[in-house]
Amino acid sequence: MGKEIAILGVGMHPWGKWGRNFVEYGLHAARAAIADAGVRWQDIRFVSGAATMRCGYPGYVAGATFAQALGWQGAEVNTSYAACASGSQALAAARAKILAGECEVALVVGADTTPKGFLAPAKGYRPDDPDWVRFLIGITNPSYFALYARRRMDLYGDTEDDFGLVKIKNSEHGFTNPNARYRKKFTMDDVHASPMVAHPLRLLQICATSDGGAALVVSSLDYARRIGRGDAVRVAAVSTVTPTFANEVLEMPDIATDSAAAAAIETHRFRASLPVKAYEEAGISPRDVDVAEVYDLSSALELDWMEDLQLCGRGEAASLVRAGETRIGGRIPVNPSGGLACFGEAVPAQALAQVCELTWQLRGACAERQVEGARVGVTANQGLFGHGSSVIVTR
Amino acid sequence: MTAKPRVAALEGWFTLDEHEPRLLGSRCRQCGTCYFPKQTTYCRNPACDSTEFDEVPLSRRGRVWSCTNAEYKPPEPYVAAEPFEPFTIAAVELEAERMVVLGQVVTGVSVTDLRVGQEMELVLDTLYGDAESDKLIWKWKPAG
Repeated sequence: MGKEIAILGVGMHPWGKWGRNFVEYGLHAARAAIADAGVRWQDIRFVSGAATMRCGYPGYVAGATFAQALGWQGAEVNTSYAACASGSQALAAARAKILAGECEVALVVGADTTPKGFLAPAKGYRPDDPDWVRFLIGITNPSYFALYARRRMDLYGDTEDDFGLVKIKNSEHGFTNPNARYRKKFTMDDVHASPMVAHPLRLLQICATSDGGAALVVSSLDYARRIGRGDAVRVAAVSTVTPTFANEVLEMPDIATDSAAAAAIETHRFRASLPVKAYEEAGISPRDVDVAEVYDLSSALELDWMEDLQLCGRGEAASLVRAGETRIGGRIPVNPSGGLACFGEAVPAQALAQVCELTWQLRGACAERQVEGARVGVTANQGLFGHGSSVIVTR
Repeated sequence: MTAKPRVAALEGWFTLDEHEPRLLGSRCRQCGTCYFPKQTTYCRNPACDSTEFDEVPLSRRGRVWSCTNAEYKPPEPYVAAEPFEPFTIAAVELEAERMVVLGQVVTGVSVTDLRVGQEMELVLDTLYGDAESDKLIWKWKPAG
């Protein structure tokens, strides 16, 4: 329990396609988190930013950019880049600083402005770059999500309608979330009418890219107690482990997996290894989890994450969804925020948005989307090139 | 009118044997780990620090790990025919190498024709053509 820190404040800028500078979203989220924490900006001694790509130099030094926007006051700054796990790594940096006794209260911020249309690789003939080669042979991001989904169908008997149920459930969860971009309740007819992109995934089941911002104010437990917030929600674990060689699961953007002919395959696949470290660090078991926020880049991927988090056995996730167990009010609600299905992905902000949602859930502040009595929450996310994260929050 | 020359879309990634093509990977001289695409400078096995590799042809047959298709035209550098023709994609597990290799599936095989575990073999086919030549790539085909 010596590794806990307090979450004093959380804040978000609503997700959307607003077309403004990412700094505006981050500033909005940061000010909301600082107000929520009840601390003064001048009291924050460390600003940890999640790097924003494709938005020029201010994005590469996001920690400093947000600190300058809030007004230089002499705090130390940091910027972390870890693809989709950037927000968690920025949180890990703040936590390390606090646990080392080098600062008492820190701000963690991530925000993104996304371009229109598909993400495409840089131009030129570049056969040494796997990301270029896979596009040359016509393999896009949805191809990978679809391969995982189809494998579930053949191995576990999942159906296209099971993936549709996940989408419908998330759309109902996010319907009343003021920070969600898509607030529409979808039906199975809507899913069936959506065009097929990469069999078995339809357009409605693949997450979009969004603008948005999220921020946390975190502190030592001692500081929290001193300002009368000893009961604040806590970060109990942050896991950002890499995969282990040989990784048997085909990962974007690779053409092939590692070969396990010489080195054996590890017991835990990459996604599944992320929460293992988090559970160990928090000293809890998957059975203790009340609510989960997972990275549903596709509707089908939510089912993989449920199994990777050990919320159910391998191959059992679809049966939980069919029984309504992952809905709010069910045995183990998943993505009460509405997930990426309702948000779209704002890369540097997304892992922090997951922690914001769980903090609100554990405070009992989620109104219609409240998971009753939630005391333990877990997040899971994964990005490119061996990045991923799992964060556990407790009350 | 003579047929256009057939050249590799990616040079050195596979043999140009029209009947029994092979993907060309590399194998670590110290620990025996295979790589595709070729790894020639450092071994990624954490228990090995070798920097020496031999080129090695990979198995021509494997089993479907999973499959999907592309119903929309991928962005460049993909060169699409007009109008765009959807194509099937398979990730195929090579038994000896214990690795999974992605590729397109030959024309005429739908994603619903394939099953996880089904045996596939490697063939060469045209990825796209231009004024000078047809560019060849490896594709997967249900084993006959």
